[in-house]
Amino acid sequence: MATKSKVNDTYYESIVKQGYSRRDFMKFATYITAYMGLESTMVGQVAKSLETTHRLPVIWEHFQECTCCSESFIRSDHPIVSDIILDKISLDYTLTLMAASGHQAEAAKHATMEKYKGEYILCVEGSIPMGDDGNYCCIGGRSAKDILIEAAAGAKAIIAWGSCASNGCVQAASPNPTNATPIHKIIKNKPIIRVPGCPPIGEVMAGVIVHVVAFGRLPELDRLGRPKAFYAKRVHDSCYRRPYYDAGLFAQTFDDKNAKDGYCLYKLGCKGPMTYNSCGTIKWNNGVSYPIQSGHGCIGCSEENFWDNGPFYKKMAKVPGLHEEGLADDIGKVGAGILAGGLAVHAIAANISKRKELTSRIKRGRENEKNIDS
Amino acid sequence: MDKTRNFKRVYVWELPVRIFHWLNVLALFVLIITGFLIANPPALLSSAEATNLHTFGIVRFIHFTAAYLFFFVMILRIYWAFVGNRFASWRAFWPFTKKNWNNFGHVMKIDILLMNEKVEDVTKISIGHNSVATLSYLIMFVLAIIQVITGFGLYADMSSWWLPKMFDWVVPFFGGDFLVRNIHHTVMWLFIFFSMVHVYLVFYHDWLEGRGEVSSIFGGYKFVADERLKHAQDEVEIKGDNEIVASK
Repeated sequence: MATKSKVNDTYYESIVKQGYSRRDFMKFATYITAYMGLESTMVGQVAKSLETTHRLPVIWEHFQECTCCSESFIRSDHPIVSDIILDKISLDYTLTLMAASGHQAEAAKHATMEKYKGEYILCVEGSIPMGDDGNYCCIGGRSAKDILIEAAAGAKAIIAWGSCASNGCVQAASPNPTNATPIHKIIKNKPIIRVPGCPPIGEVMAGVIVHVVAFGRLPELDRLGRPKAFYAKRVHDSCYRRPYYDAGLFAQTFDDKNAKDGYCLYKLGCKGPMTYNSCGTIKWNNGVSYPIQSGHGCIGCSEENFWDNGPFYKKMAKVPGLHEEGLADDIGKVGAGILAGGLAVHAIAANISKRKELTSRIKRGRENEKNIDS
Repeated sequence: MDKTRNFKRVYVWELPVRIFHWLNVLALFVLIITGFLIANPPALLSSAEATNLHTFGIVRFIHFTAAYLFFFVMILRIYWAFVGNRFASWRAFWPFTKKNWNNFGHVMKIDILLMNEKVEDVTKISIGHNSVATLSYLIMFVLAIIQVITGFGLYADMSSWWLPKMFDWVVPFFGGDFLVRNIHHTVMWLFIFFSMVHVYLVFYHDWLEGRGEVSSIFGGYKFVADERLKHAQDEVEIKGDNEIVASK
């Protein structure tokens, strides 16, 4: 896709050099095509792209994060993902996995940024603390904000890995002491793919990056900048326990018979009905399981503000703008009680204040009654 | 002792207004009940297989059906605000007039703070809605729109029909289902509060004024004193002995 990057091997060349067979490569192309939500007829096109596209330079920045995104990525289903896609593309710069360190590492990054200006992909893991001039997160003596703005300037596109970079995640939870800010609120002039999740599913990450490198453009995004292939559906809509929900069969506690029978965890605070992700279809750890399958409700980790949206283990709506205690039903019940009391008081007060009018009307009514011809 | 007033029947609420009112009551009632069930469903004690049950699905279906009803009667009411009589007209709800705020102050003093007038000023009695009522209905209209937007927003993803699909911008606009759902649930409580105050005030007026406030939403007629009608040439039109309607 890039003219200047012809010095790099193509993806296929890298894969073969790594010792994989053509057969392994085709398997990988098939599997990643399926994950990207493309038709099987597209396998050839994906394989062709990987054969002819030269390796894309990638800078992978780590800011306020826990590295669970990287961990998730290297545990992705197919070994080629970690061996080639991560290993090779991230050679340019990634704090966690690169061999170089210190000034060497920074020098390598700057070399990439200059050589491939306007061509490299910037992957960002973690949020940016904007409070106190960004002093809460400094790498090599520079604030995360400075590093991000510098790296974003020459990037072709930015991938915001995980909930930190996409939504702020736990650091941005109230009261957000460091003023942790997601990438899209800082960088406005670059295409940004948001891949939320804490962490995002490894296959989703692989799918996004293969889409970018294989087709040279961003995958189709929804209005929030998330790839539609992975974030178009709620976890609830693809949940294998959905029939229990529709039937009205719910687990009441984590150790009751209903929970053992695998009933819906809605009443235990499962956030699947409000969470857009592909956990129900792609699952985790090579498709072994996902939280709901393991008997724990979804906590909605790929949704904005999921830390501040009510308790994890209760199904409760929160009054927007209020803190943890602001549960709508509690406030509503108290409010309705006070209101009913107020109306009763008003009714009594009305009868006292307007007694003249009332008694006079009742008298007149009685008079009239006497005069009725029956 | 005062003489008993002579009251005349005035046709205030036309049939579409009354239909709107009662369908709206029905829809709200069903929406609130099923809404609470959806928010916090009772666990069924059933040994039936999930395949053979669709209980919660039916509750949700009723909620969505009532939501469509709520939405469509709202459209009917908006239409009627343009073709209905002066008491149903959007002009009656327009809050930015001096007359409206004068009446607002009067109703606040007499009916909310329960003060008494030394001499009753009959011209201050509203034939249709009073200004506090119109303002509250205006607020409820805005809240209803919020409920329609958030409700259909949450529903849009499950539907393939263009009407709910028109609301598929809602969830991204608020950043996710969480906030949309919380708004939807919180505003529902405001409907409950409104209903309580609304029903109370209707009884209050009926009890203190004896003008048929309660029955007017069934039959459409309110009773207006002769003294008041003398000042109402621009509001009502006397068509016959027993027929007084809103003037054009």
